[in-house]
Amino acid sequence: MIRRAALLPAALMLGAAHPEKAGPLVLVPEVSQHEIRVEQGFTGADLLLYGAILTPEGQPVAGDYDVVVVVEGPPRAVVVREKRQVAGMWINAASSSFRSAPGFYAVASSRPVAGIVDSRTAAIYELGLDWLQLSPIGSIDPARQQRFARGLVDHMQRMGLYHEDPRAVSISHQVLYQARITLPSSVPIGDYTAETFAISKGRVLASGLTRIRVDKQGFARFIADRAEHAGLAYGLCAVALSIAMGWIAGRLFARV
Amino acid sequence: MDVYLPIANLAVNGFVIVGLGALTGVLSGMFGVGGGFLTTPLLIFYGVPPTVAAASAASQVTGASVSGALAHARRGGIDYHIGAVLVVGGVIGTGLGALLFRLLQALGQIDTAINLLYVIMLGSIGSLMAVESIGAVRARRTGRAQPARRRRHHPLVASLPLRWRFYRSGLYISPLAPLLLGMFTGILTMLMGIGGGFILVPAMLYILGMGVNVVVGTSLFQILFVTMATTMMHALTTRAVDLVLASLLLVGSVLGAQLGAGLAQKAKPDVLRLVLALIVLGVALRMALGLGWRPDEIFTVVSL
Repeated sequence: MIRRAALLPAALMLGAAHPEKAGPLVLVPEVSQHEIRVEQGFTGADLLLYGAILTPEGQPVAGDYDVVVVVEGPPRAVVVREKRQVAGMWINAASSSFRSAPGFYAVASSRPVAGIVDSRTAAIYELGLDWLQLSPIGSIDPARQQRFARGLVDHMQRMGLYHEDPRAVSISHQVLYQARITLPSSVPIGDYTAETFAISKGRVLASGLTRIRVDKQGFARFIADRAEHAGLAYGLCAVALSIAMGWIAGRLFARV
Repeated sequence: MDVYLPIANLAVNGFVIVGLGALTGVLSGMFGVGGGFLTTPLLIFYGVPPTVAAASAASQVTGASVSGALAHARRGGIDYHIGAVLVVGGVIGTGLGALLFRLLQALGQIDTAINLLYVIMLGSIGSLMAVESIGAVRARRTGRAQPARRRRHHPLVASLPLRWRFYRSGLYISPLAPLLLGMFTGILTMLMGIGGGFILVPAMLYILGMGVNVVVGTSLFQILFVTMATTMMHALTTRAVDLVLASLLLVGSVLGAQLGAGLAQKAKPDVLRLVLALIVLGVALRMALGLGWRPDEIFTVVSL
């Protein structure tokens, strides 16, 4: 199943993605970049997700359908903190932890998800920011959990790391779909998945998965790697650099 | 010019960072302060994570204080004896600061603590400086000479046990006083990403009662070594020193420092102090508003 995206003929033969939700359609997803290189000068990336949806006979699908594309970054455990006013100051007063908040999450669809599927299906496939499975730790009060989950989503939206775009998927000739998803420069590195769903009358007819790797490369990778694994040498290097620059500037200035 | 900061995990406009470095460089050239108190908050407003901002600003302050310290060393303006005690205190302080940093981070109060420290430290020092410099400007305008302050250390300092002679400063005091002062600024350096010059200089003058001719040089000497220790401490514990960010800041600040030094020679010293006081108060006020106003973001997210 993992290699499905890469093996196009195999995908055609196997038919729909998940046997358990097998529909009558074939979905072949592709992505413009399987590897995003975060290197010097990286300002973010534009991902183009495209593909074809056909009947097993290789014909265009007769009825109308919608396409939803979900791109999800590596999950991580997070603490969400809530500020309250204490003695006139806004300070962190309460917190709640979640075991798996994706570092990046974007949903693109051909029209608003609420009009495509009911909430139950949306929750099963995690189609939309309201349906993210964040796995809360500790607190069992659902209202409190929900408040913190909203806060987390809101924060990540402001950071540009979570977004929903209900108009970002276009379908042409009932066969080809394409969606554009923007990754900001602050995307976390790691393994991403892009899952595409073809949905008609509230039912998922076909789905397909591709993988994307976001990785630091070149100089950026070298620096991050040294900082992480050679702290002493890295620190000495930073100190030497600042002394050298200050000293050189002082010498130049003294001459003038 | 887009530059990707590999530790901050963020693309920034390189010219903005160099400009920011230049701005603080001008300040350091004009006033002899490191400018960290301005770099760190401005970097945070720009979107750099607070830890990375504080860690990288420390190495900028190192660069900014090197040439100043050398210049003072050449004309004998450093009391190495008291300077060494201050540095030892400062290095102990950065260690304590690192522990405190970790504790506050675990409690989720590090941002509030940093903001509060800024408001308290900058607010009080800025007000003192403003009052003093307004008085000086007035006295100069009216042509009346200010009464010379009698140089004397604080009674608390005199009560400390064990006394050493610090010849160049003209002091016979307990080494515990400069040691504690060094520790205090070391903690602040670690937490706030500042050199601490604007705290050290008045403390040396009014609490230790050091001679004016060695105060600035000795404070630069201490800042130089303590910011170096801070950079090392961050590199080994928080791993938040961003070399790319630090380089950009350094380029700006060493260029700005030359401009600032030129400007300083044209301006009157009491007016300069008043301007610096207003800048310091401005930063403190901005921080206070940040604490008191309802923030845009009630929720924040940190990795476990």
